[in-house]
Amino acid sequence: MTTTKSSAAEMATALAAGTTTSVELTQLHYDRIAQVDEDVHAFLYLDKEGALEQAAAVDAKRQSGEELGPLAGIPLALKDVLAQKGVPTTCGSKMLEGWRPPYDATVVTRLKEAGVVILGKTNMDEFAMGSSTENSAYGPTHNPWDLTRIPGGSGGGSAAALAAFEAPLAIGTDTGGSIRQPAAVTGTVGVKPTYGGVSRYGLIAFSSSLDQAGPCARTVLDAALLHEVIAGHDERDSTSINAPVPQVVKAAKKLDVKGMKIGVVKELQGEGFQAGVLDRFHDGLDALVSAGAELVEVSCPTFDYALAAYYLIAPSECSSNLARFDSMRYGIRVGDNGERSAEEVMKLTRHKGFGPEVKRRIILGTYALSSGYYDAYYGSAQKVRTLLMRDFANAFAQADVLVSPTAPTTAFKIGEQVDDPLAMYLNDIATIPVNMAGIGGMSLPCGLAQEDGLPVGFQIMSPAMRDDLMYQVGGTLEAALLAKWGAPILDKAPVLAAR
Amino acid sequence: MALNYDEAVAKYEPTLGLEVHVELNTKSKMFCSCSTEFGGEPNTQTCPVCLGLPGALPVVNGKAIESTILIGLALNCSIAPFSRFARKNYFYPDMPKNFQTSQYDEPICVNGYLDVEIETEEGPKQFRVEIERVHMEEDTGKSLHVGGATGRIHGAEYSLLDYNRAGIPLVEIVTKIVGGTGKYAPQVARAYVTELRDILRSLGVSDVKMEQGSMRCDVNLSLAPIGSGSLGTRSETKNVNSLRSVERAVIGEVIRQSNRLEAGERIVQETRHFLEESGQTRPGRSKEQAEDYRYFPEPDLVPVVPESAWIEELRATLPERPSVRRARLKSEWSVPDKEMTSLVNAGLLDAVEETIAFGAEPTRARSWWLGEISRLANEREVDPTSLITPSQVAEVISLIQSGELTDKLARQVVEGVIAGEGTPSEVIAKRGLKVVSDDGALMLAIEAAIAAQPETAERIRGGNIPAAGALIGAVMKATGGQADAAKVRELLLKHLGQFEKATGE
Amino acid sequence: MSAISRDDVAHLAKLARISMSDAELDHLAQEMDLILGAVARVQEVAASDVPPTSHPIPVNNVVRQDVVRPSLTPQEALSGAPAQSEDRFKVPQILGEE
Ligand SMILES: [Mg+2]
Ligand SMILES: [Zn+2]
Repeated sequence: MTTTKSSAAEMATALAAGTTTSVELTQLHYDRIAQVDEDVHAFLYLDKEGALEQAAAVDAKRQSGEELGPLAGIPLALKDVLAQKGVPTTCGSKMLEGWRPPYDATVVTRLKEAGVVILGKTNMDEFAMGSSTENSAYGPTHNPWDLTRIPGGSGGGSAAALAAFEAPLAIGTDTGGSIRQPAAVTGTVGVKPTYGGVSRYGLIAFSSSLDQAGPCARTVLDAALLHEVIAGHDERDSTSINAPVPQVVKAAKKLDVKGMKIGVVKELQGEGFQAGVLDRFHDGLDALVSAGAELVEVSCPTFDYALAAYYLIAPSECSSNLARFDSMRYGIRVGDNGERSAEEVMKLTRHKGFGPEVKRRIILGTYALSSGYYDAYYGSAQKVRTLLMRDFANAFAQADVLVSPTAPTTAFKIGEQVDDPLAMYLNDIATIPVNMAGIGGMSLPCGLAQEDGLPVGFQIMSPAMRDDLMYQVGGTLEAALLAKWGAPILDKAPVLAAR
Repeated sequence: MALNYDEAVAKYEPTLGLEVHVELNTKSKMFCSCSTEFGGEPNTQTCPVCLGLPGALPVVNGKAIESTILIGLALNCSIAPFSRFARKNYFYPDMPKNFQTSQYDEPICVNGYLDVEIETEEGPKQFRVEIERVHMEEDTGKSLHVGGATGRIHGAEYSLLDYNRAGIPLVEIVTKIVGGTGKYAPQVARAYVTELRDILRSLGVSDVKMEQGSMRCDVNLSLAPIGSGSLGTRSETKNVNSLRSVERAVIGEVIRQSNRLEAGERIVQETRHFLEESGQTRPGRSKEQAEDYRYFPEPDLVPVVPESAWIEELRATLPERPSVRRARLKSEWSVPDKEMTSLVNAGLLDAVEETIAFGAEPTRARSWWLGEISRLANEREVDPTSLITPSQVAEVISLIQSGELTDKLARQVVEGVIAGEGTPSEVIAKRGLKVVSDDGALMLAIEAAIAAQPETAERIRGGNIPAAGALIGAVMKATGGQADAAKVRELLLKHLGQFEKATGE
Repeated sequence: MSAISRDDVAHLAKLARISMSDAELDHLAQEMDLILGAVARVQEVAASDVPPTSHPIPVNNVVRQDVVRPSLTPQEALSGAPAQSEDRFKVPQILGEE
């Protein structure tokens, strides 16, 4: 029987077999959302009418015998950073409260064309800046494993929706780890494709040279199925890669890593990493070795500087990207009393419309780009980026993929780090190098930390445009761990009480 | 005592710098596929990209790159093997993203020059204006200021924004400092902008209409005491929108700055605005208030790396330099200076040249385009070349030359063509505009005229040749103006036995 | 002595068009000090012979054809406008250049 706990692939089989319909599946998920989302707060907006309409249309097509894509009729949760025509799109910010885009992001267009049913928009750190979803202007999302804890960020809403069985699939975006770190702390799978692999058109920019949308799911295969729906060249995005999409579904199904070299990054497993995280990470390594892979230790010395460089490049780009939120053309307008000038109204609107973390980064980025400081800050950070890419090139010369824990710790308590930006930034220490180099990265669960019983994420990094490699390794690891555990990790999560 | 211009340049050496912005005439905008058509209803030519909607991304118009490279080549620039876009960050409501996508330290064309000639007291003299860079960027939207003094920004209650112009491709052409002009700085500035305009027009990359803003000029000017060997502080006069204003702006700034210096005051580095009415400038933003633009490489666009083979292909398509061409045509057609200037200013060189190529006689070709066709174009406020083609004009001229049309009939033919009645021969057929050359028909009309005015006929018979005018007029009237008046005169005088005498006089 | 003063932050806030109270400026000045202290270490390895990287994937010459495609309707374009009039975006009086 199909339940909200089924994987997307299982739901697809049931739909193809006619044992359920898309309308039924969609309604099933809205029922689940009604049960648990008051506690979890994964969603900012539910587009019930649009989703059921889309589901009915897919069902009708299926009835008429039309050839459908593998994910046609499957529900999905969309991070609120992507423009969806006519549907409120806030980016987790007061600034865009009430804004309904007049256009669809390319990712959204592709989802619609594939018959994927978009349930609604998920919560996120404001403008994707954060690692806990506490920076949302609309209140935090709660981790289904422990409602007092954070679900990771910025895509905490998408990850929590998966972990709470509110949706089998979700879209996230990853600028410094915003897909992978939430996946790690919620026991789900999240993939940041190679930069340029998925169109950024309609993705509300945080840091243009780092942002990348990607699939979120509960299994590696589901992520791969979704990956193939959203990936591919888009002429509206100049940085989109004009080459065939790596065959990630095929790779996810291979379940074979014999002879593959797995590079364990020396710099991503020492100080600052929780003991239980490292233990589970080593379980993952052991499973890969048992499956026939060979471990090699690789060193990436510049990784120590990645976080610093990231916190110059991302704020610099965001200070420019977020300049357009000025109350002139869209979004909220504050203080327009007929007397004040446009400039004053812009300033008041941006004061009120942006939260503290966004302001912090805009000011930091404005500083890093300003005359007299550019070379020392932004310029130096760009050089570090070059060094990071050299480190990766070196490491990939020795290994097919690289691995590390995804996040240094398990989910922390809501409120615990909110006043300490530097501590918060450390959550992305292992994920950021991937964005800086534009390569692919995946997080999948590798067990529960003994200290707190919370999920731990295992990160796999693959060379640019070889996203298939991380799916191959991820799929194999997932199968090995599932065989060991006997059940999916989310089965160990506490049952959320229906209210 | 305030210095006048001559006194000022006797004491101070001006140094110029010119920045010209040109709107390219591509069909679509710089970074999106919206139309660039002029004069559309407000906000009908906008999309997520040029409105700066959250999530939208730019994609470069390949034609704009091509046009910019052509401009660079025509200005003797090197085309950069690697160039990039950058963001110029500052807030302004008519700029949707609050940054302008422009080029900064990696422009597409660098280090060129343009030689211009001016008249000096010692005769014609050439000046080389060195070009620092030619780069691509985008235009802003347009604001309408409502309330307060009409259309003025100051005192307006609110403003209304139309983003149809936002994202129109702009090319900015920046000179190096131009020194050594002495008192001829105004003429050099004007000659440079004029020559630049002509080159851009010959390349076909822009409408280059200064009055409509498709070409705009900023004039940088500084003064230093003659012989000091140093450079003074410069002012930048914005949006000088006619060739004459370029000259006047330089004169105005020379006078203003010299008088400040005479009074022992400092020149402030600032932007100034040219005042069309007075020829003076008034202060705008000073350097101290100037924005810190925080340029950085545009992450949403990839580098432009033009292949050298493509550059050479483009170089091969460069048209003859306008100044060279003008000199050639002037001598080929033996045109007086003044008429040549009129042709150039009216943008009619191509039309006339083509008309001549279709076999028309040069003098007639020029006079038709500059005269009747320009007059009709002015009435309609359109370009003469949009009304009629050179081959049609050549056809009309050849009919005049062969005597099949009179000038008067030819004007009707041209009118008919412009009114959309078809080709000249179609108009002639439809309107029945052939010269009446049938002697029999003319004779009937002549006899009728004589019968109506027997006394006049008698006077002519008596040797009063000028009296023939009245009868010729009557015949012309009777034939609806389609007769050849000379022919009528000949037949009339022969009929009355006076032709011999008239031609003998 | 701190590397960044409240006045510095005030200047940055002005460039970024964000109004800030004195308390916010003070708080942010402190935070900026901490953050800048942490990120300044990029200078340790940013040697002069290292070229900067602005784009993670090296792609050049991506252009589109000069073809006009349909625009939004003015209604769509103005659909998010906080204020509008005569098919234009209505904004408060603009101070600045003419
Ligand atoms: Mg410019
Ligand atoms: Zn557009």
